[in-house]
Amino acid sequence: MKTDLWDAVVVGAGPAGLMSALTTAQGGLGVLLLDAQPGPGGQIWRGAAAGQKGAAGELLRAVATHPAITVLGGAEVIAAEAGGRTHTLTVTSAAGLRQIHASRIILATGATERFLPFDGWTLPGVVGAGGLQAMSKGGLDVRGRRVVVAGSGPLLLAVAAGLRHKGARVLAVAEQAGLPAVAAFGVAAARLPGKSREALALAAGLLGVPYWAGCAVVRASGQHGLQSVTLRRGRREVTLDCDYLAVGFGLVPDTRVAALLGCPLDGAGAVHVNAWQATGVSGVYAAGEVCGIGGVDGALLEGFVAGCAAGGQIERLHDAPRRAGLQRRFQATLERSFALRPAQLPTPSPRTIVCRCEDVRHGELRGFTDWTAAKLQTRCGMGACQGRVCGPATETLYGWHFGGVRAPLLPLPLAQLLDEPTTLSPP
Amino acid sequence: MPELTLEGMRVTARPGTTVLAALQNAGLSPLRFSLGGESRGALCGMGSCAECRAVVDGLTVRTCLTPVRDGQDVRRLLEVSRED
Ligand SMILES: Cc1cc2nc3c(=O)[nH]c(=O)nc-3n(C[C@H](O)[C@H](O)[C@H](O)COP(=O)(O)OP(=O)(O)OC[C@H]3O[C@@H](n4cnc5c(N)ncnc54)[C@H](O)[C@@H]3O)c2cc1C
Ligand code: FES
Repeated sequence: MKTDLWDAVVVGAGPAGLMSALTTAQGGLGVLLLDAQPGPGGQIWRGAAAGQKGAAGELLRAVATHPAITVLGGAEVIAAEAGGRTHTLTVTSAAGLRQIHASRIILATGATERFLPFDGWTLPGVVGAGGLQAMSKGGLDVRGRRVVVAGSGPLLLAVAAGLRHKGARVLAVAEQAGLPAVAAFGVAAARLPGKSREALALAAGLLGVPYWAGCAVVRASGQHGLQSVTLRRGRREVTLDCDYLAVGFGLVPDTRVAALLGCPLDGAGAVHVNAWQATGVSGVYAAGEVCGIGGVDGALLEGFVAGCAAGGQIERLHDAPRRAGLQRRFQATLERSFALRPAQLPTPSPRTIVCRCEDVRHGELRGFTDWTAAKLQTRCGMGACQGRVCGPATETLYGWHFGGVRAPLLPLPLAQLLDEPTTLSPP
Repeated sequence: MPELTLEGMRVTARPGTTVLAALQNAGLSPLRFSLGGESRGALCGMGSCAECRAVVDGLTVRTCLTPVRDGQDVRRLLEVSRED
C-alpha cells in the first residue's frame, strides 16, 4: 500500500468539493481531490467537460489546470480516523488500497436520495428520480421512454426537464407536497439572484407536462419489470402505463465519512459546522449538501468558505456572511415547503420489501423499536448497501436512528484486505 | 468506440458512458435476482444501492460507477446467492 501526506484532502468532487479544492490551492496548499465517481462533477455536473460553456466548465477547467491540485477519480474513502494533527483516510480504487494522511480534510460528500418502500418498488424500471437523471447522464438511452417522475422536492423538476431534453416522454410529475407549499417555495426562489431565470428555463423545458401537487405514489405494477404506476390525487386513483417510475423523496446528507471521523451532526442529520465551515473535529471542514440540502449555489458558497478557512485566507470572506444569510433563508423555505407529509407518502403493506439487500419485509420490521434490535433479528441493513437505502427509509417509516456506520464503508474484495489488514478499524 | 462483451454478446458503447448504461441499452433486464429470487434492476445510479452489481472482468463491481472500456467482459449475477 502506498502512503501519502498532503496539506489538504477534499473528499467529493461535486460543486462544493471542486470549489473548496480550488480555493484551498489558491491559499498555497497542495490539495488532493478524490471522488468515488470516475470523473469530477458530482451529481449535478456528472459528465460535464472541463472548459465547456458555463460555470461547471470553468470551475472544472480551473481545477484540472491548477498545478497544486491532484484529482483522483474512482477513489472511494472506506475508512477514516481523526488524529491530533494529521488525519488518515483509507481509500480504495482499481489500483488497490491506499492510505492518505493530511492535516486538513474537507468533506464534500454530498447527499443521497431518500427512497421509500411501496408495493412494486423493487421491480426493474422503478428507479430514483436523481437516479434516472444520473443513469441518463451516464449513457442510458431514454429516447421515447415513458417516464413518471414522483416523490418530493425541486429535484423532480430538474429531473423531468433533463429527461425531456434527452428525448424521454415525461407523463407527469407527482409531488407529495401541497400546492400552497410549492408556490411558497417558488416565490422564495425567485428572490435569489439568478434563481428566477433558472426557474423560467425549467418551466419552459416542462411545457405541457402535468405537475400534480399533493399527489401520492400508491403502487408500481408489472411481472418481471415495471408496467404501470398508480398514483392518488385527492380521492381519485390514476394508473399510468410507463417504462420508468423515477421516484425519490428528497435528499439525505451523506455523513458516513464524517461519522467515522467523529464529526458531530446537527438535529437534521447533517454535519454540524460553524460560520467557517469547520466541523467539531479540529482540521476537518465540511461543505455542500453534507451540511444540509440547499442546491448547487449553496454548495459553491460553502466550498469557497471552507477553502478560505482551510487555506488561511480569511480576508477573502468579507461578503460571505451576507451571502450565507440569503442561502440559509432559501434552505429553510426549501425544507418547510417540501417537508414530508405522512398522509401523502406511500404506505408499505406487510409484504412490501424494505431492505432490498436482504429481502426483509415491512411485516417483519414494524414490531421492532429500534434499528439495532431489527438488525440482529432480521439482517436489515447488513447487506451490500450497508443501510444506505433502508437507513433513511426506516427513519421515515419507523422513526429509527440508523447507527450502523462503521469501517469499511463497503464490502471489500478479499485481495485488497489481505494486502494490508491492519489499516482497518475492527468492526 | 469501446467494444465490450455483455453475456457473450459484442456491443459498442460511447466512451465516457457506464457499464450499467451498456447493459440497460442492450435490454438486459433483470440485472440480478435478489436473495428471495425477485428480479432487480439499478436504483440509485450513483453507487449507493449496489443493485447494479455485475461481474466485470472477473470482479464484482457496481456497474454505475464503472466506465466502459475496450475489451471488457461483463456478466450478470443471475444466481441467487450471497456473493459478498
Ligand atoms: C442522484 C442525484 C442526482 C442529482 N441530479 C441533480 C440535477 O440533475 N440537477 C440539480 O440541480 N441537482 C441535482 N442533484 C442535487 C445535487 O445534489 C446538488 O445540487 C449539488 O450537486 C450538491 O453538490 P455537493 O458538492 O454538495 O455534492 P455532490 O454533487 O453530491 O458531490 C458529492 C460527491 O462526493 C462523492 N463521495 C461521497 N462519498 C464519498 C466517499 N466515501 N469517497 C469518495 N467520494 C465520495 C460522491 O461520489 C459525489 O461525487 C442531484 C442529487 C442526487 C443525489
Ligand atoms: S445503481 Fe445503485 S449502486 Fe449502481
